[in-house]
Amino acid sequence: MNYLIDPFANNEFMRLALFGGILVACTCAIAGTFVVLRGLAFVGDALAHGVLPGIATAMLLGVSGIVGAAIGAAVMMGGVSVVSRRFRLSGDTAIGLLFVGMLALGVMITSRSSSFVGDLAHILFGELLGITTTDLTWQFIALVIVGAIAYVSRRPFLLLSVDDGLARTSGFSARLFHNVMLTMVALTVIASFQTVGTLLVLGMLIAPAATGSLFARRIESMMLIAALVGSLSTYIGLLISYHYDLAAGASIVLTAVAIFAISATANEIRKSRGHDHHDHEHPHVHGEIHV
Amino acid sequence: MTSIHASSLAVGYGKRPVVDNISLKLQPGELLVLIGTNGSGKSTLLKTLAGLIHPMHGELTLLGSAAGQLPTRVAYLPQHPVSSHTLPLCVQDVVAMGRYAHLGLFKRSTDADRLIVLESMKRTGIDSHANDPIRDLSGGQQQRTHLAQVLARQAEVLLLDEPTAGLDLNGRQVVADLIATERARGVTVVLATHELADAESADAVMLLAQRVVALGAPSEALRDEYLRECFGFTQPH
Repeated sequence: MNYLIDPFANNEFMRLALFGGILVACTCAIAGTFVVLRGLAFVGDALAHGVLPGIATAMLLGVSGIVGAAIGAAVMMGGVSVVSRRFRLSGDTAIGLLFVGMLALGVMITSRSSSFVGDLAHILFGELLGITTTDLTWQFIALVIVGAIAYVSRRPFLLLSVDDGLARTSGFSARLFHNVMLTMVALTVIASFQTVGTLLVLGMLIAPAATGSLFARRIESMMLIAALVGSLSTYIGLLISYHYDLAAGASIVLTAVAIFAISATANEIRKSRGHDHHDHEHPHVHGEIHV
Repeated sequence: MTSIHASSLAVGYGKRPVVDNISLKLQPGELLVLIGTNGSGKSTLLKTLAGLIHPMHGELTLLGSAAGQLPTRVAYLPQHPVSSHTLPLCVQDVVAMGRYAHLGLFKRSTDADRLIVLESMKRTGIDSHANDPIRDLSGGQQQRTHLAQVLARQAEVLLLDEPTAGLDLNGRQVVADLIATERARGVTVVLATHELADAESADAVMLLAQRVVALGAPSEALRDEYLRECFGFTQPH
């Protein structure tokens, strides 16, 4: 039991890291659910790397990395929109071009720093064990904002997850709400990069939500499962990091991916054994109808 | 009020019209059946009526407004509705999405909305799967779910793109009965299909082959020379 509790009971920085990680897990669960449903993983990855030049410039200028990340994300989102519309390129080509361009620019800017390797590692892999109570406050605010965006836009987001045309014929602007969704993802990336880093934030966006999609029958339950998986990954990842002296962010994300792999395998075995007993077992509508 | 009015309408993508010179007028309760081979322009016309594609030129109004302006009064079933295998939604949730046009961003759903969802599922015979994930259903069951979603809109104009695709004989009869019931309550229906039999009860039939080959009552539009021009063969007598 000591093995499981002592690292957090005896160390303030571990407790802060755990709280920070759980806040990031909850924020990523909300945004990640729509990233998975709408197939925006590549966009999420591009956004995660698109913030790199902004953060690097902010660090060189001695400004807050969050401000730099926000500017980087805005440039990335605007760039994807302009390149895909003006140059008649497919979405993934436009995103790919900007993705590598912004990543290279970020590395170039960071190379001007006297502590190049350390700064780059900090941005890419985060500094979970260096989290402060101020960081926690910002992460909580980000969680509230992301939650509010998802709640207000839940209907158009759901329609977009099925089909753009369905959203449009239901009276919602597909372009507007797609951009709102990207903004929500960008906000999540900005709020999370300090914890797990820009390179690993995608793992926290996708792995827990993908696990949720295996078992959930409702969006709300998918988010809940994703938040639980993300929080559990944070706890296990921090334990591994503490006891075996491994990178905290990477340990958390690897745990989340491992939980997905185990869940997916278990789900397949369950289905192949015919335990997926939904057919013909509900002759009547039961439960409340949610609209 | 005229339900659908088109005059010298051209529909297509980019700068090239797929079908042009379309003129038609449909009244409440009427059924227009669009028949043609793949690529003949049926889906393009339906998407234009739904407001998903802008008309290239000509006039088009639905219930007195431009296409796409009345989401609560016009419902559209695409040819291949998406039922993503990652979508963790049960049938009743997918059907409930048909009410979103009425609810917008902020309105809370009421008991009336829930009743409409339940009734729509019963009408397409999918209510026994209300709590099942749509990704686990067969293609025919998914199609019934999407049909129920369209019915839940309670629209005055239904635009249906091959709604019987993937359905068995029973399912096809369900769709035929639904269309008849909707017409009886004054709903105008535009139906794209490959089945000539679907045209028998129509008020008007439009034969398409990247142009309007024929438009008129079934007995007029389904004449042998038009069918031969459209499909290369005629129907057996």
